[in-house]
Parts: sequence; C-alpha cells; structure tokens
Amino acid sequence: MEDFEPRIIVFACNWCSYAALDLAGTSRMKYPPNFLVIKVMCSGRIDPQFIFEAFRRGADGVLVAGCHPGDCHYIEGNYKALRRMTLLRKLLESFGIEKERFRLEWISASEAEKFVSIAHEMYREIKALGPLRIEEVSKIGEA
Amino acid sequence: MEKPKIAFYWCASCGGCEESIVDLAEKILDVVNLVDIVFWPVALDFKIKDVETMPDKSVTVSFINGGIRLEEHEYVVKLLRKKSQLLVAYGACSSWGGVPGLANLFSREEILRCVYQETPTVDNLNNTRPKTKLNIEDIVTLELPEFLPRLLPIDLIVDVDYYVPGCPPTPEVTWKAIEILLSGNLPPKGSVIGASDRSLCYECHLNETKPEKVLIKEIKRPHEVIADPEKCLLTQGLVCLGPVTRGGCGALCVKAAMPCTGCFGQLDEVIDYGGKAISYFASILDYYNEEEVEKALSRLPDPMGTFYRYSLPASRLRGKIKIMER
Ligand code: FES
Repeated sequence: MEDFEPRIIVFACNWCSYAALDLAGTSRMKYPPNFLVIKVMCSGRIDPQFIFEAFRRGADGVLVAGCHPGDCHYIEGNYKALRRMTLLRKLLESFGIEKERFRLEWISASEAEKFVSIAHEMYREIKALGPLRIEEVSKIGEA
Repeated sequence: MEKPKIAFYWCASCGGCEESIVDLAEKILDVVNLVDIVFWPVALDFKIKDVETMPDKSVTVSFINGGIRLEEHEYVVKLLRKKSQLLVAYGACSSWGGVPGLANLFSREEILRCVYQETPTVDNLNNTRPKTKLNIEDIVTLELPEFLPRLLPIDLIVDVDYYVPGCPPTPEVTWKAIEILLSGNLPPKGSVIGASDRSLCYECHLNETKPEKVLIKEIKRPHEVIADPEKCLLTQGLVCLGPVTRGGCGALCVKAAMPCTGCFGQLDEVIDYGGKAISYFASILDYYNEEEVEKALSRLPDPMGTFYRYSLPASRLRGKIKIMER
C-alpha cells in the first residue's frame, strides 16, 4: 500500500476554481501531482453521471470545485451543483465509497492556497484509504 | 414457408414478464399462428436438453426476461444465444437488472443470512442453507444451480440484439416489438424496440399542466398525499421520474395518480440512469444551502431504491463496491 499513488479527478469551473488552480501553478505553490483537472464552464455542468464514470474508470477520488455561492458566473449553477452533490453523496455512501473520496468545494479565483490545502488533505486521506477496487464487469466477479 | 421459431426464457424475475405475454389476450392467438414456440419453460413442456439438440441459429428470436443470478441462467442464456439468430432482452430485469438487482447492494453471504436466518418469519434451528449438491443415501443426487455473487443484466453475459423495456413491458409495447421483429425490417442492433425515443413527459396527459419552471419545497411520498390527478405530479412534490424515463407506456401510472418510477429506463444518450435522475431531481429542490437541502432530502428515505429501482446492476458502479483489503 506504501507505493499506492491515488488518482484524483478535479472538475473545476472556468470562472473561479480553474483560475485558482492556475494561480497555484503560476505562484509555484507545491501540491501533490496526483490531481487531474478537467475544466468545465460551471459547476452546474457537472452531471453526477460524470462522477460515477470517473470512479468507474479508475479515479480514487473526485473533487468538484465551483465559485462561492452567489458568485457563479451563471447565477444559479453552483446552487444546482450543491443540490446535486448533496444527493449524490447519499448514493455514494450506499455504493460503499468512503466520504473522503468525494468533495465539493467553493474556490474563488484568488484562493489558490485553499485549493492547495484541500489537495494536500485529499491526497493524505485517500492514500490512507487505499485504491478503490471496482470489479471487472465483463465477467461475474467474486463476492 | 416455415414459421419463425420463438423461445422464451426466464432468469431472475418475478414472473410478471411471462404474465405480460399472456396479457396480449386474444392477440396471443395471432402470435401462435405466426410463429412456432419452441421453448417456454413457464408454459410448455420443452426441456433444456431439447434446446441443446437444436441446430445453431435455428431459433429466430429468443426473448429473455430476468437478470443473471444463477449459474443455470448463465448457461441457458448462453445456450439460447448460440441457438438463436436474434436475442432480445425482454423487460427491465434482463435489460438492467430490475428490482432483484437491488440485491447488488449486499454480498451473497448477507443475502443468504438474511433470507435463511434473520428474517423474523424464518425458524431455522439447524442453520440449513441451500446446497448445490445433496446425496440422499447414495440413491439419488439432487442438484441446485450455484447462486452467483452478483446479479447482472444479460448484456454483460451475451450479445443482445434488442431491448424491450418495462416492468413488465405493456401488451402494446410487446406487440409492437413482435411486429418489428417479424417485419424483417430490423432497426440497428442494440436498439430499444416497441417504446418511444422521447421522455415520458412528452406523452403524459399532465404535461400541459406543468409550469415553465418546476421547483419543489417539500418532497412527498405517494402514501402521504392524495394526489390531484389533474395536475403534474412533480409540482405536487411527488418524485416522478418521467422527465428522465423513456416513454412508450402511455403514462399508465400517472393516469392512476402514481408517479413514474422509471421502469422504461434511460433514454439513448444516458450512461447511468440513477445519475441522470438525481441530476434532474436534485436541481429542482428549491433550497440554497446545504443544511436545507439535506433537510429536504431527509424526506426521501431510500434514494438508492428510488433512483436505481430498475437499473442498479447496469449503473456505472454496478452495486456496492468492495474496497481492496488494506
Ligand atoms: S461559473 Fe463557477 S460555479 Fe458557475
């Protein structure tokens, strides 16, 4: 388990969170290299299907990042994300996915530090949990 | 000309799909006139060994209902695949797992323990469990098929040509599907046949009562309210899955003032029915902070059973995930 390196997918909205991630880079802040970032226009664009698909394809964790409530470029997108992710969390729990593996965070364009500290925390927690093992679907897996 | 040969088989299902064939009523006589039924365990006395002796591809269409839960299901479905030109997943269970697929939230051991030990109405002092083989005084050996670790939709076991949705498919849908299959004018492989390509709302008679924007304050469960049958059920707080469910049933449940539970499954572009369903449903909850959303959602005691009622084994995650040994 020592050498397990988690793969963590970040869905970041174009207008705030992605800018914060960019800022973290240009400011040469250090954070674990395990985060694969996917830019979307708004956190309201994140369909829970994307998160299931990410886990299915081997993500060990998923972070959804959007503008702070009230700041969404499209006014309501992040409220929709909030509602969806709150319900999604309940399903993830029933699927047996530990809550540390999925986070929804509000990160404004200037909050590079916030992203960096979330990244360190997620990395640590998910590394401690170990990999998610989703059985092969083409055959009947063992119980 | 020789009549087309048809086979029916049931796997992990409730029997409702079989019933739905009989529900064709007098049309069943047309079916019998048009085709030869060569295998139908629930109604006719053909045995699996009869199928084994048939030449490959000699059956025109096999209709499979129910998901794969026993070794025997796997064997027979693979056998029918070999013997048939077309194989159709008939009903929600064979297409996506259906209600029995919700058992994928539990391990085999948990299921057996619950059914044979813990259920209050069970008195099982000797802890008897089903065995796959039992020798009785060396005279007879009784056999049962193995109970598989998970329930799978049939398309994870064999190639499926077409899907007929529903729990069960309505007689109209079944008849349309049969007509399409016998017409010789076949749609592309993998199509859902007999139903609509649009969501249920398009054909729902209450659609015109739906306001431009629907927002829900309080989630209601069907037994808690007497729904107004003239008003879009969603606007009354009922979890109606019509917007994300394939149409074709004629909104039968809604006509009886019951919200759609999603038995016609997903539309073509959707990859995970439950994911799509929560995406839509959560977004119309009229709350703006986490505590309030949580509180509203606490009125929904079983999100898994609500949004994945018919499709858990076909979801991206298939069921409860086992985490690797630490
Ligand atoms: S644009 Fe950032 S959350 Fe909508």
